[in-house]
Amino acid sequence: MTTNGGPPLLEVEGLVTRYPVPRGVVGALARQPQRWVHAVAGVSFRLRRGEMLALVGESGCGKTTTAQSVLRLVDADAGAIRFDGTDITALGSGDLRGLRRRMQIIYQDPYESLDPRFRVRTTLEEPLDVHGIGSKVERRREAEEALRLTGLDPPELFLDRYPHELSGGQRQRVAIAASLVLHPDLLIADEPVSMLDVSVRAGILGILDDLRRRGLGILMITHDLSTAARYADRIAVMYLGRIVEHGPAREVVTNPQHPYTQALLSVVPKRDPRLRQRPEILRGETPNPVDVPVGCRFHPRCPIAIPECRTIDPELREPTDARAGHLAACIRA
Amino acid sequence: MSVLDVQDLHVWFDLERGGELHAVQGVTFELAAGERFGLVGESGCGKTTTILALMGLLPASASVSGRVLLDGEDMLAQGERTVAPHRWRDVAMVFQGAMNAFNPVKRIGEQIAEPMELHGIAEGRAARRQVGALLERVGIPAERAERFPHEFSGGMRQRAAIAMALACKPKVLLADEPTTALDVMVQAQILELLVALADDFGLALVLVTHDLPIVAQVCERAAVMYAGEIVESGPTDALYHAPRHPYTRLLFAATPDLYGEEEVVSIPGAPPRLDRPIVGCPFRPRCDRAFGRCVDDRPALKPVTAAQDAACHLNDVPQEVPA
Repeated sequence: MTTNGGPPLLEVEGLVTRYPVPRGVVGALARQPQRWVHAVAGVSFRLRRGEMLALVGESGCGKTTTAQSVLRLVDADAGAIRFDGTDITALGSGDLRGLRRRMQIIYQDPYESLDPRFRVRTTLEEPLDVHGIGSKVERRREAEEALRLTGLDPPELFLDRYPHELSGGQRQRVAIAASLVLHPDLLIADEPVSMLDVSVRAGILGILDDLRRRGLGILMITHDLSTAARYADRIAVMYLGRIVEHGPAREVVTNPQHPYTQALLSVVPKRDPRLRQRPEILRGETPNPVDVPVGCRFHPRCPIAIPECRTIDPELREPTDARAGHLAACIRA
Repeated sequence: MSVLDVQDLHVWFDLERGGELHAVQGVTFELAAGERFGLVGESGCGKTTTILALMGLLPASASVSGRVLLDGEDMLAQGERTVAPHRWRDVAMVFQGAMNAFNPVKRIGEQIAEPMELHGIAEGRAARRQVGALLERVGIPAERAERFPHEFSGGMRQRAAIAMALACKPKVLLADEPTTALDVMVQAQILELLVALADDFGLALVLVTHDLPIVAQVCERAAVMYAGEIVESGPTDALYHAPRHPYTRLLFAATPDLYGEEEVVSIPGAPPRLDRPIVGCPFRPRCDRAFGRCVDDRPALKPVTAAQDAACHLNDVPQEVPA
């Protein structure tokens, strides 16, 4: 678990990102007030070089929007995103260009992220071409090195293949290799193994672990708590646009402080049939981020809510039962 | 007596470029009324093809052999003629993408009533009343029968799909990755519902999934499939604590566990192609325990304990067999 000194690679502070809800013609004519999807509603975290942070939560919790905001694929409405000490929240497209080289993302579906018409060689050399980096020979060498880093060794076996000639696991390796040729500092991995067969997942996660050891900061977005527990240094659990619990991965999993985290952990199926515990199943579905409950946003589904929870919007703080650096947003924790 | 008895099931697909793909290669299992049985494996192992064959829902390019006894009667004896009376009536299915199970332009209630009308179980007002009761049973307010599929969330659609599968009170429910597209909390709700229904209706449940922990939590027994065949079957407890096929052991070891401390393994290589004959053990190229005999002698699935079957030569090596 490397956590070296210096400023964090990525620092997100009070991030708010919202989308307008389409009103339709009737709504606009009737001058209905504009409504918003509060996708990210005040998220703060730091990521250091050589560290993997997992953003965990169910669909609609804002984990993907958080990542898109960091990459400046969507604009934040409030808050600050600092990358390597520089505030990038308001950078124009010209300044962003140089920055984008240093932040890369890999997606869930390796079948969609690779262009089926391109050989592996082209996929890997294109980013270098676009940024005008290196000579032909140097680009070739970068491509080969990236393939080796992702376990596609010897590279000559793979350079001339098309995506359809690769297995799902090999495609995801090529997608990771393509993100590495520009030597990024930050890698965002959005559900990197959820489309892959179980038997090849550890191979992909092992590569990410290896890159982390080499000093990359990795922000992993996942719904899979077991994977987060096993591979991430820290876990941030999101619910309706907020981080509700945040701490060292093992701490969060073994000593969860927020009732939402506790419920989530209780429903994760365990491998051992003898460990059939009574899951604490929350009823209903996550409320939609247009009508966020007042007070604690989790209170309508919370098994331990008290009247105060309807009025107090709890902040992340260190509960008394938790170790240093382990935070939860719950007045009862 | 078993309610469903699948004997030596084979499925071949004709390939457009010529030749055949032998997708299911001699699958045998049986299940008792009220039993929850898992069919586990990775993509392409033949698990979905197996249950589509049981439903008689394979495309025209498929040919099937073997016997599927429902209460002792062979559903496959004369193809569609003998399957059709049982489809939805005795054997029903829940699909992975619940959206695809429904016609987008028809109300949910009408669609759930369809199999009832088809099999002459109920019509008109009686059917509507039964649909309402079914919806309530799966946790959907009865008045939602008037809604269209797109007005339901993913979890609600899966509940509705389960209600539709139960419309004719079947004996066997085949669930193909019923929670794969769902969030973990909704997944827990759906699994809890399936278990409760299996208990209440005395349903035999076949849960098809790639997700071993789900099977470990829901099923009493399971079969692990690889390259079109069952390589091991038995109580889920034995599969986890005393696997007798290396693939079963490695598949569990490849699955990260919330509290597991040990290394998560990946299984190198890929499954064999099924469009050419398999020589020797299909798992041999990826196996960490393969030996000479595995090269050209294909192991058969056979009993290794009173309750457990495995297709692995290691079980013939005395020092390998646990006491």
